[in-house]
Amino acid sequence: MKKEMIAMLLAGGQGSRLGVLTAEVAKPAVSFGGKYRIIDFPLSNCINSGVDTVGVLTQYQPLRLNTHIGIGIPWDLDRNYGGVTILSPYEQSQNSDWYTGTANAIYQNIRYIDSYNPEYVLILGGDHIYKMDYEVMLDFHKSNNADVTMAAMPVPLEEASRFGILITDETGRIVDFEEKPKNPRSNLASMGIYIFNWSVLREALLTNKEIPHLDFGMHVIPYCHQRGDRVFCYEYNGYWKDVGTLGSYWEANMELIDIVPVFNLYEDYWKIYTKSDTLPAQYISADAVTERCIIGDGAEIYGKLYNCVVGPGVVVEEGVEIHDSIIMEGCVIKKGSSLNKTILAGNSVVGENCKIGVGEYAESLYNKKVYCFDLVTVAEGSVIPDNVTIGKNVAISGVTTPEDYPDGKLVSGGYIIKGGEE
Amino acid sequence: MKAIGMILAGGNSKRMKELSDNRAIAAMPVAGTFRSIDFALSNMSNSHIQKVAVLTQYNARSLNEHLNSSKWWDFGRKQGGLYVLTPTLTVNNSSWYRGTADALYQNIHFLKDSHEPYVVLASGDGVYKLDYSKVLEYHIRKRADITVVCKELPTSEEIGRFGQVRTDADGRITDFEEKPMVEASTNVSCGIYVIRRRLLIELIERAADEDRYDFVKDILIRYKNLKRIYAYQLETYWSNISTVDAYYDTNMDFLKKEVRDYFFREGDSVYSKSDDLPPAKYNPGASVRNSMIAPGCIVNGSVENSVVFKQSYIGNNCVIKNSIILNDVYIGDNSVIENCIVESRSTIRANSSYSGQDEHRIVVEKNERYIL
Repeated sequence: MKKEMIAMLLAGGQGSRLGVLTAEVAKPAVSFGGKYRIIDFPLSNCINSGVDTVGVLTQYQPLRLNTHIGIGIPWDLDRNYGGVTILSPYEQSQNSDWYTGTANAIYQNIRYIDSYNPEYVLILGGDHIYKMDYEVMLDFHKSNNADVTMAAMPVPLEEASRFGILITDETGRIVDFEEKPKNPRSNLASMGIYIFNWSVLREALLTNKEIPHLDFGMHVIPYCHQRGDRVFCYEYNGYWKDVGTLGSYWEANMELIDIVPVFNLYEDYWKIYTKSDTLPAQYISADAVTERCIIGDGAEIYGKLYNCVVGPGVVVEEGVEIHDSIIMEGCVIKKGSSLNKTILAGNSVVGENCKIGVGEYAESLYNKKVYCFDLVTVAEGSVIPDNVTIGKNVAISGVTTPEDYPDGKLVSGGYIIKGGEE
Repeated sequence: MKAIGMILAGGNSKRMKELSDNRAIAAMPVAGTFRSIDFALSNMSNSHIQKVAVLTQYNARSLNEHLNSSKWWDFGRKQGGLYVLTPTLTVNNSSWYRGTADALYQNIHFLKDSHEPYVVLASGDGVYKLDYSKVLEYHIRKRADITVVCKELPTSEEIGRFGQVRTDADGRITDFEEKPMVEASTNVSCGIYVIRRRLLIELIERAADEDRYDFVKDILIRYKNLKRIYAYQLETYWSNISTVDAYYDTNMDFLKKEVRDYFFREGDSVYSKSDDLPPAKYNPGASVRNSMIAPGCIVNGSVENSVVFKQSYIGNNCVIKNSIILNDVYIGDNSVIENCIVESRSTIRANSSYSGQDEHRIVVEKNERYIL
């Protein structure tokens, strides 16, 4: 049997600029928007677009990703023929290797793709928030008789130098591209979403297999272009958000609480699916405040929340006050604590009477590139003891005890990183 | 487990008023995200009963929709599964289910084709958690013929709608009165039974021969001196939702922390069909106090002492008090709703006011809905 188009979802990246959030989970498995994980968006796009065969390429810290995806039931990707398959690097009789680049990962899974004998292959990343109908993009690809179609979106010209920029002719055919140009000639930024004719991609991968760190943007696309293949640009104008830094991750979450969010999860026709436990409705107590919030199922709110994104099963006890924060699934915030601009990853516990996110911003003593926002970032499963005061731009990971906080304080820009190994 | 399960979910009740116009009681939404039958189904699943039949008859559309896949309760395995049994015309039978025993009799093939030695019979209108294997253990220990799960209730007018039992010191049922006019006992039958499969087949075949159709009247009560019928006392939460007041009170019980903790944070989970709804959203102006809000809701107004079910929209400046808002209800701006149960998919126009005085008012409003 033949599949017209299958998808290959690259989900192996660490996303190191998300700091302690990705210390133990791959970026696509990071929680988003109260009950989702980032990978839910491309997976839901696939099934909503009629793509029912998806290979998910994993490498970095795959455990959470594997348990989340399982056999694909939440996305209806449990199929007799096709469905979702986790593709991890494997040992071969010779040249065993990790996935060394985006295209190398596809190269190592040629046999998987061949087994479905597809006409087209859709290449996706696992780290963006967007809704997109890949079928429309495929129609565009077919109508142009293209070999390769790259999705791109217009960005403000002053920001264009951060992206891979596509230069097209009047028919949409790509005539040139530039990687992070100083003086961009166009504002069409590549989104890392490609449709290839499988025969074209297969040949390109085999020809270039010796190139170290074989990459789509750096090697495969330029190769196809130079060879004279028909490479087209599919312009996309919807919502598309890169959540690659702590700042953009926080911002994208906060956009969901706008009165009419640009990215609307409440529409019926393009549902986002996720694996979730059956939970009761959330409980909001008589003294609670929930102003400008989205809150996940089964949460119990006794405190006051302003501008927050709260995950399923979270408990916020009496006397707690939280502003502008992301509280992921299963966290417990005990009596009398206050949190400000904090990202609290799943199943963390904040003790009683803590003050988190207070004082003035200070440069990070841990990693200036990653921690350059006034956000407190707390890794999954962390514990913060009672009665401590924590400044801004702080990173915390692991089970911390009062001894970790001299005078009960952690200053702005500070960090406590405790090893994950037991 | 050495038992199969059968859930009687065919029932309708006049005492549910308009709420049962469109659905079987077993499909009534409970606690924001569940339906009544989820409790019996989850109990079956958590007791490791693998083969379960649901007997439906009255207005089963929303029930069938809810049961369209068995995977949510972890049935649908190679061994066992979930069977939805409806009345059908056959050469020998052209009737609807004429009673509970008749419903079992019309599906006797399900009993005969199974090989498990015991049957757990349950109803679809109870809200409770119970490990049926504990009841079976008790049944075997007492060498009982039939075990009836019973619950001690406080005296109230409500008690007249249940079967009332009296037992001897050993737990054997000596008196069983079905819905008596004068209160016989405060120990009531929960409508949950454990019985040996062969005995059940024998009893319902004999009842059918004599044109008797009711499991309680024609089997339990008639045989109580002949067979060893025992009461298993349920000490934990149990509620039957089949009147408007009981339905209202049961939902309001979930506003108590100890009830929520018991059902959702301790012991086995309760499962339901997954709906993939986004988190509930609270816009500026939302003020929610002592209420449950289900996923997919958008709240702009004030909600107090209420349970709001899935995907409901509450407009600006609304005041919702002491009410139950069922699934997918749209409430226009500036509306006031007090002491009401608002039926699923209702559309309440802006500036409306509904208030239940002496009793909980049921609101069904099928207005045109305009949504951006």
